[in-house]
Amino acid sequence: MNTTTSSHFVPPTRFEIYDPLNKISTMWEESFKNNGGGFYTPNSIIIPTNQKPYSLSEDGTEGTPHKFDQEASTSRHPDKTQRRLAQNREAAKKSRLRKKAYVQQLETSRLKLIRLEQELDRARQQGFYASKRVDTNALSFSDNMCSGIVAFEMEYGHWVEEQNMQIHELRTVLNGQVSDVEIRLLVDNAMKHYFQLFLMKSAAAKLDVFYIMSGMWKTSAERFFLWIGGFRPSELLKVLVPHFDPMMDQQVLDVCNLRQSCQQAEDAVSQGMEKLQHTLAESVAAGELGEGSYVPQITSAMERLEALVSFVNQADNLRHETLQQMHRILTTRQAARGLLALGEYFQRLRALSSSWETRQREPT
Amino acid sequence: MTNAPLLVLSRKTRDSFHSIKEMDKVMRLSSEKGVVIFSKSSCCLSYAVQVLFQDLGVSPKIHEIDKDPECREMEKALMRLGCSKPVPAVFIGGKLVGSTKEVMSMHLSSSLVPLVKPYIC
Repeated sequence: MNTTTSSHFVPPTRFEIYDPLNKISTMWEESFKNNGGGFYTPNSIIIPTNQKPYSLSEDGTEGTPHKFDQEASTSRHPDKTQRRLAQNREAAKKSRLRKKAYVQQLETSRLKLIRLEQELDRARQQGFYASKRVDTNALSFSDNMCSGIVAFEMEYGHWVEEQNMQIHELRTVLNGQVSDVEIRLLVDNAMKHYFQLFLMKSAAAKLDVFYIMSGMWKTSAERFFLWIGGFRPSELLKVLVPHFDPMMDQQVLDVCNLRQSCQQAEDAVSQGMEKLQHTLAESVAAGELGEGSYVPQITSAMERLEALVSFVNQADNLRHETLQQMHRILTTRQAARGLLALGEYFQRLRALSSSWETRQREPT
Repeated sequence: MTNAPLLVLSRKTRDSFHSIKEMDKVMRLSSEKGVVIFSKSSCCLSYAVQVLFQDLGVSPKIHEIDKDPECREMEKALMRLGCSKPVPAVFIGGKLVGSTKEVMSMHLSSSLVPLVKPYIC
């Protein structure tokens, strides 16, 4: 009587070990069925003994089927019995090998699970800033940092809600017969909304630049495209330009120039960033590695980290300017279409992120 | 008996005398070439600005003020000229254009290239 697999192997959410475990146990079960082992439950696999899988023989006594059959075979049907014996031996051997592989798989998964739990603990300690730290004494800087970042995350939540409302409004307005004046209002609001985010980010970067650099407030798909704490200006233009059509000749030229200068500025900042990484690595590795002392170099490394804040600000400045220039080049309606497209693009990335996360949790 | 009056200068006055000298130095250096960038060897944003100009076909003159013995005074002079940060400080045609932010913004608004056109090699 075989029990089903899922009751024994509760799928750990988000851990990839789920699938292989499930596969192995189903394989195990099915191949066992084929060999007619009807007295087996998955639980007993774990017991490390010398027990052979076939613990019961035909007449219900325990003992090696081998011996028993030998006594019987010589008397009645030697060939058939011999063949059956051989098959049994083969099956038993295969069974043992599968059991071994399965146990090894379990062991690896167990170690992986331990490692993942450790990482999770570490991550929680390093603080995704989700927990508020209550400190009745004077706030230390790190407490300020924590509460500042918590505040940023809350503000960002509101920002996204407002963003979604604006996108909805833009869509409604562009589908209907609305005057340019009304559209301009929406466009101006949308622009201000983006600029507000840059201000929020600037304040947060002063508190914890690594938080901003890692895009921790964004969803996973958005983070995939991260460039110095936000979206790439050149990528933005690539997404939006098709939505501006039809464009006048001068506009085509202006957009072309903007794309080129945006790319050049982006490249320059990227190279500066690479240099920063390089010099930081050098200062971390400076002095004799392996001696266990890091004190002398830490000040120079810290100075380099201060420069990161400037980089984030410069990158945001590029984003700000790109949006600003687009606004200048385009008509009100074109700008509205562009902002709608941009907003929807980010909405899709967020939706993609949640689909991805749900996918990981679903039992197959 | 006449004693020459002993001129005791306050630190502030001494500092302003210093900075006049450095201001002159800065102004002189900034006109040495069409595009002059005051930077520091450790400043990576200065490097980014350099890369941008090179991309535009300009070879700017770089002054790494951290290699200059009068680094601190030059920093003060540059700040006094209106830079929010001493480096990078970009001069085009002898006139202060600004720091990274100004240069990048100008480039995106297509106003940088016309400025540097005479200096493209």
